[in-house]
Parts: sequence; structure tokens; C-alpha cells
Amino acid sequence: MTLNADRVSWRRGGRLVVDGVSLHPRPGSTVGLLGPNGSGKSSLLRLLQGVASPDSGAVTLDGADLAGLRRREVARAVATVTQQAETEADMLVADVVRLGRTPHRSIFGGDSAEDARAIAGALEHVGLTAKADHLWHTLSGGERQRAHIARALAQEPRELLLDEPTNHLDIRHQIELLTLVHELPVTTIVALHDLNLAVTFCDDVLVLREGRAVAAGSPHEVLTAELIADVYGVRARLIRDPVTDRSHVLFEPSFR
Amino acid sequence: MIRRAKGTLLAVAGLVVLALSVGVAVTLGPADVSLVNVRDILLNHLGLAQIPVRAAEDAIVWQERLPRALVAAACGTGLGLCGVILQSLLRNPLADPFVLGVSSGASTGAVLVGVLGVGGGAIGLSGGAFVGALLAFGFVLLLTRYSASGTAGVILAGVASTQLFSALTSLVVFAFADSDETRGVMFWLLGSLEGMRWDDVGLSVSVVAVGVLVCLTAARSLDAFAFGEDVAASLGVNVARIRLFLLVVTALLTATLVSIAGAIGFVGLVLPHAARLLLGQRHSRVIPATVVLGAVFMVWVDAGSRVVFAPTPLPVGVGTALVGVPVFMLLLLRRRARA
Repeated sequence: MTLNADRVSWRRGGRLVVDGVSLHPRPGSTVGLLGPNGSGKSSLLRLLQGVASPDSGAVTLDGADLAGLRRREVARAVATVTQQAETEADMLVADVVRLGRTPHRSIFGGDSAEDARAIAGALEHVGLTAKADHLWHTLSGGERQRAHIARALAQEPRELLLDEPTNHLDIRHQIELLTLVHELPVTTIVALHDLNLAVTFCDDVLVLREGRAVAAGSPHEVLTAELIADVYGVRARLIRDPVTDRSHVLFEPSFR
Repeated sequence: MIRRAKGTLLAVAGLVVLALSVGVAVTLGPADVSLVNVRDILLNHLGLAQIPVRAAEDAIVWQERLPRALVAAACGTGLGLCGVILQSLLRNPLADPFVLGVSSGASTGAVLVGVLGVGGGAIGLSGGAFVGALLAFGFVLLLTRYSASGTAGVILAGVASTQLFSALTSLVVFAFADSDETRGVMFWLLGSLEGMRWDDVGLSVSVVAVGVLVCLTAARSLDAFAFGEDVAASLGVNVARIRLFLLVVTALLTATLVSIAGAIGFVGLVLPHAARLLLGQRHSRVIPATVVLGAVFMVWVDAGSRVVFAPTPLPVGVGTALVGVPVFMLLLLRRRARA
């Protein structure tokens, strides 16, 4: 029993951005959402988060329709990290992570021991303990994304939704971040652009095109030259790395 | 625990400073009243003593200066509070209580009553201002509802409202007002605490007190807005509901204060920044700090604007701007030095 989507559709500004998509992630797995720009990855994540409601179909959390749950209840189970959420405020890294405790606190209660433990644990997990007292805007891009992940972990969620978390990060930080995410003991649904990262870090992938699910399953089975040509409109070859035995996607330029 | 005790200590210290400020401020003015006499007058009126005092001094302190100082404190508190809330909610460090066009609406309402005689004397200048302020805010809400929603939509609707109602005010003043009326309206527009009475004190203090308590319950949710509405929503905040709720609270608060004392500028813009620099970003600290700073600041600026050009009083809004801008500049420079 986790977060499931059952044939959800969502019409936004007269356009069907999500069209009858179902998603049943295995508990603890990392699921990649793939597809070109505008294929509905972010929209599907908004539905899964419950910040938007589907026009038909339902997103359920432990069998209960998300639309009938309070925001706070959802936030105790589902955490989200978007691409590059920024702030003008002079916040300490620890303060940012502390935000993750919001759904666990009463209106006037101060910081509990529980909060302190969760915050310290989350910082530890992403390797930012030493930077807890640094100002947010002194962090690098990679550190900021890690801090956001720590903020999400402080929520103590069972499900983690990530919308292109590696955008704007250099290759080392991309790999570090996804390694971290992959090893987290939570079910993770992550929208990704980079197919090779998806092959490396995802247990399953769901490929979207124009709001519709066109393929689902293990990345090795799903990602074929035909599918990539069909969905992304580019020519690709898949080769097997003789060392790791993992697939790699090579793209062929369309020079004329 | 230690941190909480420290917070309580700071709050008590702030209130003591505020009480002392009010006490000293009422001694100042063209007719000097000693601090001892002020104390005696207060004790008499509170029914704690019966000390003989001069009737003239009693009237000056109890009927003029004290109500005025208390309304000043309420205005500083309320405007500072609205500034904090709106800056955080709209994620705009330049937001102030008047960003929603409320003060322009108030001025339109006031000139319609004061110059054109709308309402036939049934509602005074303040009543007209209050109604005008609410109309302007209603305009903003409607525009937000039927345009691009979200934070940017609110600010743009506020700009439209401000421009529209300012234009209406100018139109009425230009076309219909004589110079006396114009001067009266201008004085009031700049913010003025002339002739405050005890019923003004009762209204402003009670509305502001309720506002502070209500906003403190939203402190946590406001913290969550630091990274925008999407992050706030993912942290379990019901964004649409809390935004509407806080916009309504700040609009009512601002409308009440503007209808009593005019649009006193800079308090709501500058003091939240000062409070954040002193105590960090958490709203459970920033709100109380802004509230106390705002009250103390306004009491002193008002006292200054009464005294400096005596017997001609300076509109208190001019005073807050003259003091507020340099303070703001200092804060900016300090921020740069620290970064």
C-alpha cells in the first residue's frame, strides 16, 4: 500500500496534459518518469503530490483518495523536491531543513526532541552536517539540491517525488545526488531527462508522450532504439557496457 | 528551554521599553509635563490614587498626548505586522501594507466624503476611508480571481488598484476641491495622528491585538512560504486558503488603521527587515519583534514630529519617511558588509 495513480487524467488550459496514466510503484523502488518536454512528467508529479486534482481517475495514498485527505496528512507521507526552489531570505541550512518538520508540528509548539533528531539525521544523510550553520545562499547548486533533499527527508516521508532534481548540476553532482536518492529507504518517483542516468539509477521507468503512458517496466527492457525514436524523435543506439553489463544510450546526431 | 526563556525575556523587555517610551513621549510637547506628574495623572485615571494635579496638565496628558501615543503604537504594531505578513506571503521584500492598494482606496473614499459630501454626513472621513479601502481590496481580489492566479497576480492586481484609486482621488481633488479641502486631504493622506481620542485608541488597539494573535497562529505556514508556494504546498500548507485568510486579515487591519490615521508610510516596509536582521527568519520570532519595534518606533517618531517644528505639527508620515529611509539604507549597507 503506497502512493498509486489509477488512470488519472488532467485537463489544464483546455489541453489534456495527463491522459489516463496509471502508476503503481513497488515500495522502496526508484521509478523514473521519462519523456520529452511537455510530455506530462511535471503534471503527473503535481497530481501525485495532491497540489492538483485529476479530472478523472484517482491518486490514492494507502487506498484513500488524496483529494479527501488534508494537506498536512499528505505531507507527512509524501515529500517533493522540485528543480531549483530558491529563496530571497537569509536562511541557515538548518532552518531550511527544519521546514520539513512543518507537517509534524502543532501551531504553537516549539522544537521537539523528535524534530531535532529528524533534522540532524537528514543533514547527516545528505552529508551537510558541517554546513548546518551556513547561510543558504553560500551553498553551491549541488549542495542546495542536497539541502532540499534533506528538507524532504526531515518530513520523514514514505514517498519522495523529484522533478528533474539534477537540472543545472554538473555530472559529479548529478551522480552523487541520484546515488543518494537511490539508496534512500523510501519509494522514489523521479522525473529525469537523462536516459543514461535513468538506466543507471531507476528500478523501473514510465515513459510518457503527450500525457499518455507509452511504456513501463525495467529500463533495460523499455528503452529501445525504436521507443527512443518514437518518443523523443532522435536516432539512438543501445550498447551494453561489457564491464557493468548495463545498457547505454548513444545518440546519433542528425547532421545533414 | 533556555531559548524559550530568552524569548520570553526579550518580549517582556520589549514591552517595558514600549511602556517607558509612551510614558516619556507624553511628557514632550509645547507644554512640558514632568514624568512624575504623568505618573500621578495615570494613577489617578486608573483609580489607583487620588493625587492632586493641575487640570490643564491632566487634560493635555489624558485627553491629547496619551491617546495619541497609544494610537501611534497601535499603528506601528499593525503596519509592521502587515508588512511582515505581506513580504513573506508575496515573497517580495518591497511589499508593504499598501501594496494591495488599500491606502489609495481609503484616500478615494475620504475625498468622496470630504470633498463631494457622499453619504450626506452619515459617514465621516474615517468611515469613507474604511469603505474605500475595502472596495480597493475587493477589486484586487476580483482581479486576482479572474486573472493569472498566484503571487505575481496579487501584486499586479495591487498595482492596478493603487493606480486606479489614486487617479480617482486626484480627479476628485483636481475637479472639485478648494485649497483648504485639498490641504486637509493631503495632510490626512500623509498620515496624521492629530486629534486622536480614546475611542480611536479602543478601536485601533483592539483590532491590532486581534490581528497579532491571529497572525501568530500562521507563523509556521509563513515560514514554509520561503521557497515559494509549491514548496509550501508540499510541506502540508493549504496555500490557497492561508493566502486568502492572511490577505483578508492584513487588508482589514490596514483599512482600519488608514481610516483612523491615514497612510503612514515606511513603518510596514522597513521594520520587518530590521526585525529579520536582528532575529533571523522564523516568524514565531520575527512577528513579535516587528510588532514591538513598530510600536516603539512610531511612538518616538510621533513625539518627534509633534515637537521638532512646534507649534506646527509635521504629518507623522513625513517623519516616518525621514527616519525610515536612512535606517533602511543602514540596514542595506550592513547586509552587504555581512555577506
